[in-house]
Amino acid sequence: MSNFLWVIVPYLCLATFAVGHVWRYRYDKFGWTTRSSQLYEDRLLRLGSPLFHFGMLGVVGGHIIGLLVPKSWTDAVGITPEIYHLAAVVGGMIAGIMALLGLTILIYRRRTVGPVFSATTRMDKVMYVFLGAAIVLGMWNTIAGSILSVGGHYDYREGVSVWYRSFLAFTPQPELMANAPIGFRLHALVAFGLFALWPFTRLVHVFSAPLGYLTRPYIVYRSRDRRPLGNAATRRGWDRVGG
Amino acid sequence: MRVMAQMAMVMNLDKCIGCHTCSVTCKQAWTNRAGTEYVWFNNVETRPGLGYPRTYEDQETWQGGWVRRANGRLSLKAGGRVKKLLNIFSNPKLPSIHDYYEPWTYDYDNLLNSPQTDTFPVAKPKSLLTGKDMSVKWSANWDDDLGGSKEHAARDVMLKGIEDKVKFEFEQTFMFYLPRICEHCLNPSCAASCPSGAIYKRAEDGIVLVDQDRCRGWRMCVSGCPYKKVYFNHKTGKAEKCTFCYPRVEVGIPTVCSETCVGRLRYIGLVLYDADRVLEAASVENEHDLYEAQRSVFLDPEDPEVQRAAEQAGIPGDWVEAAKKSPVWKLISRYKVALPLHPEYRTMPMVWYIPPLSPVVDVIRETGHDAEDPGNLFAAIEALRIPVEYLANLFTAGDVEPVNRVLRTLAAMRSYMRDINLGREADPAIPAAVGMSEEDMYEMFRLLALAKYSERYVIPTAHAEQAHALEELATDCPVSDFGGGNPEIFGEGSGELTPVAVENFRMLQERQTSDTMASAGRGTFLGIPMIRRNKPEDGA
Repeated sequence: MSNFLWVIVPYLCLATFAVGHVWRYRYDKFGWTTRSSQLYEDRLLRLGSPLFHFGMLGVVGGHIIGLLVPKSWTDAVGITPEIYHLAAVVGGMIAGIMALLGLTILIYRRRTVGPVFSATTRMDKVMYVFLGAAIVLGMWNTIAGSILSVGGHYDYREGVSVWYRSFLAFTPQPELMANAPIGFRLHALVAFGLFALWPFTRLVHVFSAPLGYLTRPYIVYRSRDRRPLGNAATRRGWDRVGG
Repeated sequence: MRVMAQMAMVMNLDKCIGCHTCSVTCKQAWTNRAGTEYVWFNNVETRPGLGYPRTYEDQETWQGGWVRRANGRLSLKAGGRVKKLLNIFSNPKLPSIHDYYEPWTYDYDNLLNSPQTDTFPVAKPKSLLTGKDMSVKWSANWDDDLGGSKEHAARDVMLKGIEDKVKFEFEQTFMFYLPRICEHCLNPSCAASCPSGAIYKRAEDGIVLVDQDRCRGWRMCVSGCPYKKVYFNHKTGKAEKCTFCYPRVEVGIPTVCSETCVGRLRYIGLVLYDADRVLEAASVENEHDLYEAQRSVFLDPEDPEVQRAAEQAGIPGDWVEAAKKSPVWKLISRYKVALPLHPEYRTMPMVWYIPPLSPVVDVIRETGHDAEDPGNLFAAIEALRIPVEYLANLFTAGDVEPVNRVLRTLAAMRSYMRDINLGREADPAIPAAVGMSEEDMYEMFRLLALAKYSERYVIPTAHAEQAHALEELATDCPVSDFGGGNPEIFGEGSGELTPVAVENFRMLQERQTSDTMASAGRGTFLGIPMIRRNKPEDGA
């Protein structure tokens, strides 16, 4: 069972995530968008969207630090577990509450504003369930595990994080997860479900974060000649000379 | 000198009768799709009036275009790159659908299937966003012909500073029509605002296009364009804009709006310009100098120096020939009667306008004087400050001098030609009064009044060796190859990109071959393509 849950399922989800993105990009570049609904409604979005997105940026950053940086490294640079714990809990709580509050506003908006609800796809709804569950479970782990210590002390940096790194290194140690508290296990499973769904939802826009905007020239010129005229692809055998 | 060619347009506003044929044919050709119901690549505004979207010219509110900083450099009015990225999750300056209008259709079915009642059945308006009943409060040309202007027109941004002089009493006011398309600017702020780099300017002909495969729906172009001519397709989540009908222009035929213009007031042609000098010209300190600065960027195609540089820049010989015959070049630089729309946005717009003389003529005629006498006209242009100041706010950043000059030129042409048409001796003093020769004046008259199709539209084709790939010919894209995708899962518009021509063709075919009056097919509502996928409530 632990092999299935903590080796097979995660790798299947990871494979779906990777292959799915390649497939979606090749098959559906036109559908690759944020699918913004700002045109329909502005007021709630103005509040909810930045809260959610900046919160999520914090959450993702926290996960990268918590999962990928081994405890020995932070120990080596002299960060005591107490300081690390404090920073993680405070940072995590702020980011988590922002994300959760933002998501609540956005889902409320999506349900109550007619045009926005009409523009909601089935995939959006499924994705919201997974995303919401992952955030709630994550918050629960922070509050119950790290603050209230429900069910005894658990240091995820010696359990979940080690497993995650072993998973990424293709030498998985499923027993580490099997022994983690139920909250962490559920959180991980829901998150992997979300990763598997990811390429088939609007979440793909995350990979289009336009960081290139900071460095590219303002005005983009493009020659008609480098691409086929019109928007049809060039047929085989019709390639341009020297192209 | 770096020579580039720009496909440009001039519109002669005196001839616009406000029939909206350009808007309608453009819509049929390009935006007759769900998600673009509110999108008018071409619209015709009555001025004074609010424009579309409402008060789009108020850049203190909408923050479109460029501003000149104290150090003489340009920056986007809505903020630079970092600020744009920080605001990417919710664009603070995006107009909402209510600044345009909520698109609707009518429940015609009720007219046919209503049970017997005491009163006539009506076709109720239904929102195309929610499918529910709605009351229609605004549309793309709600204030057409000054309709409701007593309430609305005072909010016209261009009246700033002259509010007290413009009367909205119908017998005292003036009005004219302003058809607008994308300006295909030399310094486009929409392209500069696009975080994805999806908006580009075609190096060959300067047409500004949105790459639909690279657009990610960040919406910064919509707010970045001061003319609000980039629209957000709310169904596909991508930006769309006027394409200058590039598939038509590539094969040498004019844009749909020009082709179908009843008043024949549009001119299309090439302008050669020095790309190295664009930024410098857009950055001149005094807004009043922007008109002249932009004109100084254009290059004379008759100049051998320019021809040589054009050849070095890879501009084909037939394009240089077309630039020599370009009516746009003549109206802008030889006769100098065309003016840019809102040069103060510093985007270097490339759709120019010949301001209307008719408001002035109308006023003189109403006073009982001879409205074509040069003396009367010249005096009236000086005296009638209201139309002139208003026009200056539109076309020269408020500088009345160029507008005065253009109106005087047009007035001179009117008087000069009247003598000729009535068989009287032509008076060379009239063209001389506006600094023109008799020949030039006659040529200008020909171009403005008599020019045939081939003189109004001088459009060099893309080259024959590329012809197999031109979209309009479509010899290498069978219609059946397009489509696919799964809108149920990924949302509307997913799958391979379908060219608009193909999509329209299919929709037309579906309507023509449908068995029912109101096709209940996928994605349609009362036969009109619908945006919605899921109903908010079942009762809708």
